[in-house]
This record gives sequence, C-alpha cells and structure tokens, in this order.
Amino acid sequence: MIMATDGTTRTEKFPSGIVSVGLQEVERQVPLDEPPPLAPNAALAVIGKSIPRHDGRAKVTGATLFTVDVSLPGMLHGRIVRATLPHARIRAIDTAAAARHPGVLTILLIARPDDPGSAIVRYSGAPVAAIAAVSAVAAEEAAALIRVDYESLPFVVDLDRARAADAPLVYGAASGPAAEQSEIPFLAGLPVNGNVRGPAVDNRGDATQGFAQAAILVEGEFRTEVQTHCCMEPHGIVADWRPDGLTVHMSTQFTAGVRHELAQAFGLPLPRVRVIVDGMGGGFGSKSLLGNYGRIAVDLSRQARAPVRLVLDRAEEQMDSGNRPGTWHRLRVGARRDGSLTAISLLSYGTAGITVGAGLGNNAQALYTCPNVESSQYDVFINAGPGCAMRGPGNTPGAWGLEQTIDELAERLAIDPLVLRDRIDVSPTRREERRIGAERIGWQGRRPPAADTGPVKRGLGMAQSLWSANVQINSACEVRVMRDGSVEVLSSVQDIGTGITTVLAQVVAEVLGLRPEAITVRIGDTEFPAGPPSHGSRTTASITPPARTAAWRILQTLLRGAAEALKVSPADLIARDGRIVVREEPSRGLRFEEAAALLRTDRISEVASRSDDYAGFRRRIGDAAVALEDLGGVQFAAVAVDTETGIIRVERVVAVHDCGRPMNPRQIESQVQGGVLMGISYALFENRILDQHTGRMVNANLEQYKLLGPRETPVIDVVTLENYQGQSATDAYGIAEPANIATAPAIGNAVYNAIGVRLRSLPMTPAAVLAALGKIPSRS
Amino acid sequence: MNRFSWGTPRSVSEAAAAASSTVADAMSGSSAAAAGNISVVKAGGIDLLDLMKEDLLAAGMLINLHEIPGLDAIAEEPDGSLRVGPMVTLAHLAEHPMVRRRYSALFDAVHSSASPQIRNVATLGGNLLQRPRCWYFRAVEHHCLRKGGDHCFALVGENQYHAIFGNGYCAIVHPSTAATALVALGARIELTNAQGAVRGVLLEEFFVPPERDIERENDLRAHEILTAILLPRIKTGVRMAHLKQGEKDSFDWPLADVAVVLDLDSTGRCEHAAIVLGAAAPVPYRAKGAEAALVGKRLERDVAEQAANAAVKDATPLSKNAYKVPLFATLVRRAILKAIGKA
Repeated sequence: MIMATDGTTRTEKFPSGIVSVGLQEVERQVPLDEPPPLAPNAALAVIGKSIPRHDGRAKVTGATLFTVDVSLPGMLHGRIVRATLPHARIRAIDTAAAARHPGVLTILLIARPDDPGSAIVRYSGAPVAAIAAVSAVAAEEAAALIRVDYESLPFVVDLDRARAADAPLVYGAASGPAAEQSEIPFLAGLPVNGNVRGPAVDNRGDATQGFAQAAILVEGEFRTEVQTHCCMEPHGIVADWRPDGLTVHMSTQFTAGVRHELAQAFGLPLPRVRVIVDGMGGGFGSKSLLGNYGRIAVDLSRQARAPVRLVLDRAEEQMDSGNRPGTWHRLRVGARRDGSLTAISLLSYGTAGITVGAGLGNNAQALYTCPNVESSQYDVFINAGPGCAMRGPGNTPGAWGLEQTIDELAERLAIDPLVLRDRIDVSPTRREERRIGAERIGWQGRRPPAADTGPVKRGLGMAQSLWSANVQINSACEVRVMRDGSVEVLSSVQDIGTGITTVLAQVVAEVLGLRPEAITVRIGDTEFPAGPPSHGSRTTASITPPARTAAWRILQTLLRGAAEALKVSPADLIARDGRIVVREEPSRGLRFEEAAALLRTDRISEVASRSDDYAGFRRRIGDAAVALEDLGGVQFAAVAVDTETGIIRVERVVAVHDCGRPMNPRQIESQVQGGVLMGISYALFENRILDQHTGRMVNANLEQYKLLGPRETPVIDVVTLENYQGQSATDAYGIAEPANIATAPAIGNAVYNAIGVRLRSLPMTPAAVLAALGKIPSRS
Repeated sequence: MNRFSWGTPRSVSEAAAAASSTVADAMSGSSAAAAGNISVVKAGGIDLLDLMKEDLLAAGMLINLHEIPGLDAIAEEPDGSLRVGPMVTLAHLAEHPMVRRRYSALFDAVHSSASPQIRNVATLGGNLLQRPRCWYFRAVEHHCLRKGGDHCFALVGENQYHAIFGNGYCAIVHPSTAATALVALGARIELTNAQGAVRGVLLEEFFVPPERDIERENDLRAHEILTAILLPRIKTGVRMAHLKQGEKDSFDWPLADVAVVLDLDSTGRCEHAAIVLGAAAPVPYRAKGAEAALVGKRLERDVAEQAANAAVKDATPLSKNAYKVPLFATLVRRAILKAIGKA
C-alpha cells in the first residue's frame, strides 16, 4: 500500500465516487504523517453512524450553558442607545441625567458630535452610545435618560428609489463605506455613482454572439427581500477586561477569529486574549465577527474595569445584527433547441443597507455549462442596517432567479426540467441527486401547469443548489490520552448547534477503537489549538481530518508500547472494541486502559492541522480554500395553492444532498431539515419591512416578522449521498448552506406548476399570489 | 418597563374601586404624566405586559383579577344562555363541551388562536379588551393619531395588515378574533362598578369606531370591571361557522376572519343572518349587505356567492391591502357554505 514517491508523501489508493453509482479507486499522494485511507462508511464502526448527539440530553434538559448564562462576579450589564432616525447628524448627546442614575458605572459615546466621521448615523437602529450599569433594569432606565439632539437628514430606504438620480445620498460627499464595515470580500475601486456602486463585471465568451446563436430566449426580472438573522440565541457577549488580559465569552461562529480581531483592535498580544463559547443557539453568518456590539462590550468593560454582559434584544437583532441583502435581478438565457445554453446575462442591483456585498452571480456564472456569460452587479446603498453573510450568501437569492429561468426554459423547449439539466449540468452528484429525488417525489406523475380544476391546485417543482466545498487549512486539533486511558479532543472550534462535538468524538473513537461516549471533547476555547470558523459550511471538512490524524499518531505511540508488552510488531496490532489486539489473533491483546498505563508520561498529546486536499484546491485565499469539486444539492417541492385565498402550502420536500463522506447521517438530516425550513420561510414569509416615510423597520420583532412555524412544516424527506473523493483523512465536507439554497426556487417552480403563473418576487404572500392570478380588483 | 406595584383584590367591588383608569385612558396623552398614580386591571396580562415592555403604557399599579372568586366560570343559565366569566382562558373556553357543541363559531375562532402557551394564559375578557396590533401604534417611535399624535402612519405607509372598511381616519383592525364570533352570536357583556351596579351592553355596541373616539376601541370606563360575557340561547335551526385565514397557521394574526350565524326555518329558508368580518375594520364589522342577501332565501351556492360579493362591496382598501377584498369574499362564501354543511 505504501510507496514513497519523494521524502514527504506516499501514494495511497482511496475509494472514490458515489456509492449508489459505484465506487472506484483513485491514487493520491498523502503526507507521510497522515493516516492511511479511511474505508467507506459501510466498513467502519463509528464514523458514518447516526450516533446520538453528545450534548443532546444537556440541551433538552436545559443544562447547557449559553453565553447569556455566563455570570461573573461583579459583572455589569451593557445597553446600547440606538438612533431613532434613519439619517441624521448628531449635534449633541446629553448624558448628564443618565450619569446621575445610581446604577450607572460608565457611559460610552459611539457617535461623537465633534467628529464629522462618526457624528452621522445612517440607519435607524445604529449605535449612538452605550451604558454599563449594575443591572439590566438600571442600564435600560439610564439608556432612556440619554438625550440625543439630531439634525434630520434626507434619507432613502427603498432599493429602487435609491437608484434614482435625485435620491438622497446615503454617504453624502463620502464615496462609500469603509472596507471594514463589510465582512464580505468585495472588489475594491469600483465606481460609485450616487448611491450605486459598481458594476462588478464578470464576463466570459461573447454573450452578444451567444444570444445570436440562440433559438429560444427566456428573460425574467426577479426580486428577493431582506431576510434578517433570527438565531434562537441572540447575539451576546460577556467581556472581562483585566490588567493581565482580556477574556470574552461570546456566542460566536469563530472563536479564533474573534481572538485575532480583539488582539488587533485593542493592541493586545494573542496570548492575552481568550475567547470562549460553550452552548450556542445557532449562527447563520452574523456571528462570524466581533461585531459593533462585541467591540462596544469590550470598550465598556475596559472603561468600567469590570466584566460587562451585553445581549441584544430581538428588535436590535432585527435592525442591527446583519441581514441577507435584498435584490432585484434580471436574467436572460439563450438556448438551442436541444437545450444547450448559448448565453446567460445577469444584471443585478442589490442592497446590503449601508454596506456592500449584495452580489448574487455565482449560480448564473457556474451552475450550468454555457460558453458565453456576462454579469453586471451593483450594490445600492440605502439607509438601513448592514447586510452580512447569511446561509448561502449570494447563491440563495441567485438561485431564486436562475432556477426559475431554467424551469421556464425547459417549458418553452418542451423538455422535462430534469432532462434539460441532465444536458446542461455536468455535475455527477447532482445527476444522481436528480434521479433519486425524482423517484422519491413521484416526478413521473407531474402534470402540466394548472391541471387541477378546483380552487386548490397542486404542483411539483425542483431546483438545484450550487455551493463550493470550503476548507480552512491549518485548522488544528489536539488529541490527548492520559495514563488512565481517558481520551480528550481539544480545539478552539465551536459547536454552533450543528453537532461537531459528536462528530469529533466519532472520529477519534473510530481510530482508537473506542466508543464515542468514551471520548471527552473540549472545544470552543482559544486556549486550545486554533480551529476553523463555522461559516461557509467548512467546520467538518476542516477539523475532522486533523482530529483523525492526531488520533492516528497517538495510536502509533500506544501500539508501540503494546507491541513491546505483547512481543509482536506494532504493525500486527489493531485497536478495536476497546482493546488493542493482534490482528491475526484477536484474543491476544490489551485493554485500551492497559495499553495507556504503559505510557512513560502522565499523558501523550498530538496536535495536527488541516493539510491541503490531497489533489489540491481550486483556489485559496489565506487559509480559506475551495475544494476541486463543488457540493451539489437538489430539492423537490410539492405544493398546494388555494387560488381563492392565495395561501401556498408546502406539503412535501425531498432534499437530496452530498457532503463528501457523511460523518453522522442523523445530524446531516437535521441540518438539511433546518435549511429547508429556513428556505420555506424565505419563500413564503420573511420580509424586513421599512416604512418609507420614517425609515424605521415596522416589524422588528418575531410577531410581524414572520417565520415559519410548526403548522407550516411539511414532510421533509432527506437523502444523503456517500460521495468519496480521496481528498483528506476523513474526506468529509459541509452541508449547512446547500440545504438552504434550492428550497425557495423549488417552491417557486412548484407554484408555477400548480397555478400556471410564475411568481418572481419573494416572499410569495397571499397578496402576491392573488395579484399574480389577477384576482385583486383595481381601485376605483 | 416601569416599576409598578401589585394589587390583589378579593372582590369585584374592590377591583373596580382600585381601577382608576382603563388601559386606553392610561395610554392617552393627557394621562401619561400621572403614570405613577394610575392603576389598571390585569387579567391574563398578555397584552398589558406587551404594552408595558414597549414603553407604551406606564401604570403605577396592576390590579390582578386572579384572586377574585367566580370570574373564571362557565355556567348555563336557566334560560339556556351561557354565562362566561371574563377570566376564562381561551384554552378553557375551547375545551368546554357546550362551547364546542352549541357555539361552534366561537370554538372555531379561539381553539387555534395565538399559540398553546398564550391560550393557556390569555383570558376571554382580556382578549376582547386588548389594544390593536397596528405596528405604528405598537412602536413608541411612531406618535400616531391613536396615541395623541396628528396623523395615521398606516394610511400612507405599510398598511398590508390594516382595515378595508371604516379606515378613512385610522386604519387599525380590531384584534380580537373571539369578538368576531361573539358579535355574530349576539353576545352581551356585563360591566360592574365599585358599587356593584351592573351595566349590560350588547357587545356589538360596546366597540367604539375611530370617528367616535380615536383613543379607545371600546366603551369600558374607569372603575368598571368586565364581569361576564353572555351567549344567547341557540334556537334549533341555527347554523354557524367561523373561518379565519392568516399568512401562517402557527402563531399569527388572521389577515381576515368571518363569523356567520344563520337562523333557518323548517323549510331551510334563512330568517335571520348575522355576518361579521374580523381584521377588516377598527371594530368587528357587521356585513349588513351580505346578511340582506341571505334573508328570505334558500341557501345555495349562488346565494352564498351573492352574499360574499355584497359583503365586500363597500370596501375601501388602502395601497397595500386590496388583496383582502377577494380574501374576505372567499371566506364569507365558504363560511356560509360551511355553516349549512355544503362546504
């Protein structure tokens, strides 16, 4: 099996391909200090099994500690005072009355009237000042005593109006937001014209020529609304600034990244900054960075010389924790009679409020084979809270338009949408996913549009996901074995609710031949080796390979000790069922604890970090890398539309996905269900509503900002492919984002199939459905 | 939320004596300054605590009605009517066999409203007296007409969930779904003052449209406690139904709800009809045109259709709520057909 080709790697044969299609072998160069290929799941004891979550019992019994449960001695409570106008110059802030409140320890001015840069607030809900007080009640009382003198400025909160030549300017004379106001990488140096920044142009081939070759041209304008972050646990932090260093408890998707941000922002060496997260109630992109509230809490703690807890309330979450940008986009697709695409053209105007990052071009650029693609994308500034990454950023709104356009193209060509995709989509995973999904949803029974004669009309639709398989290289994990046989896994990687704790236990248990319950997983603390961020669906892909590698190295040490005791060669030993035994004579061996007891030190430890994918990456920026093969994902929806009330019911969703090697099928199923629910909610309900006359969000709550609930939850049928690629010690990739991308357009296409009218704007409310059906009388 | 004290009277007289203000009066511009001296009644507290948490209401004392005996009972009266205490929870009401059997329109209105947790705490009295959910009214930053301001933000703003009738001045919709059914049933209420005097009012006449008084939705007075909701005896031949439609079925306010109570003679001809639309107007809206379209007729699909069209004939939708017009027409037709078993 081993044949070194140079000094640092050896050649190995890995299982490769989709199990339901047929496995093959692929040769890879593997670093010498990494383990041999992992067998397909069917041959494994723990990996690939639906092991119950390690923290399941603690979660459902309320024992899990979240950031809001952290209470430090002498802790103060922070509160942010927020702008009540969407655009204003702050002339003065009177803190005298607040300062006299007996519970107030410190007041921080965020907008400084004397500083032209910070004196202007550009959205309703922007931080103006902050208070730390002895209790949450005192902080709230004192916050109400702060008087802000505003000079109101003209504002615009509507994407279309903001594009007009005479629209009020969000940035006035300034040319746009400072780069650090957006977490999404964006092209520097684009022109800014009024409130419009761009275009970001990405062309290949010659679209004009491509359209000239087309026999069929399909064109559509689409809209998606702003979706806000509604994590079950709000954004929160407990900051403890001490003379010898800073400790922060935070509900974060990236402990190691926040540590870096804090070190940089406050001029501290890394060892003086510690970031901890224990239980976490979800994060969908908005908890990836320190955030303005995080920095405010640390400032308050430093100023007050005491720990400060700052937790956003639901209105603050809605206005100022980031959101999925709203978009308008126009797609034109040209095709030959056989369905082959000749040209795609995308024009988009999106708004991330005061910041940038509303692009959505990936799907149109990359999902289908097409030689000629042109895209021009603009960011439009409005006086609204900043956008940020949100589960499948860009690709989720991008799928809404593209997948409906392809559906329309199929109809115009009189080709089944699945057959058309078989012709224009080269992905072998999505091909298999279409096959499986079609069978499960009963696609062959799909009827022509508007086939039902009664008021309730049913339909089937499908759509595809595109998401890159992301990896954070240099993500590190430590495995320790103590002399008593206990095993620990340590990393700063955080479990944001998706179950990496359990998966890490599975990986190490598999290597050491133990039960996963025997493994202690200690993560979410920057005192441990730096793990990856949990965004971009990269946690499992990044941290499970080094966990296996570290455990494998540990095992080599244990085997050497055991081999000496058993008077065999280490190569003759294997670890399984809690024992280290002679492969050919399994009755001969030591219990794992006996092997550990032979250690010459009280513990042994190995730290491994994520190496490059064995066949390399498609691209890499810093430690963030993109695997050669994208993730797939195909979803099918069955809907019923009441054409007299406009109510759409999603009755069933079949979601077929792939994530390399599935590590824990039940947890994957949970994530896919979550993605589908979020997608239905995006399709039918969610909408940040800003009043055009006051610039305020009128539904900054969970009452009128509508989220899907239990009665809107359909039957969700999740299928996960086993797709081996031989790229790492575990060959695992992520699942979070693909699960969310295809849902809304699958529903949109199903609605079209049901009623014969295409809805191009989100959300698909009863008002939108009745309007599309021409059932709303014009006002006289 | 302000600090407040807690009063626990043991009798209606005690409670009425202590109730120096209604919630509406306590929220009106003129009273706000005197917050510390104002005492208001708390039943389930669902709406009250919402108002306090949003800093819309500051009362010095909350008068808890939970310790007053007898207010949470449901009892059949000798004349066959049903007396429902104001402290009966929505969950209790929906579970009561007589409500389910005889007053199915009321059952339909309450059994799946809000959420199970809220139904376990929210009372029928509080539900009828709750303040509107208009998002401008509910946000302290919007000083709207109903809070003593000078204009209605909804008329020119985001009015997708607002009224399509009686909306020329203030476009709230009445928030109580139970009220839609109760008005259709011809329910009466009793209001008791500190001296024990009882004021009986037809529920329909208890509600106050904006033209009459912009700052209140009903005629509850200071030092008065809502002590009973009386459901009239249901004669044989009466058919009823209530339908509602929200954007969601889980924990959402209806976009539209409709109660229909029909009195049919032995030949199936409609002798009397009550059709009430909820979430349609600032008060439960009696669709008299629709009622007239039914009376004297045998109820068939075409008649139901005519009534449905008549129900929305006078609608004056705003910029973003015209979709409610066909929605109400659908619900009226379907409710009539459901009531007569032809759904």
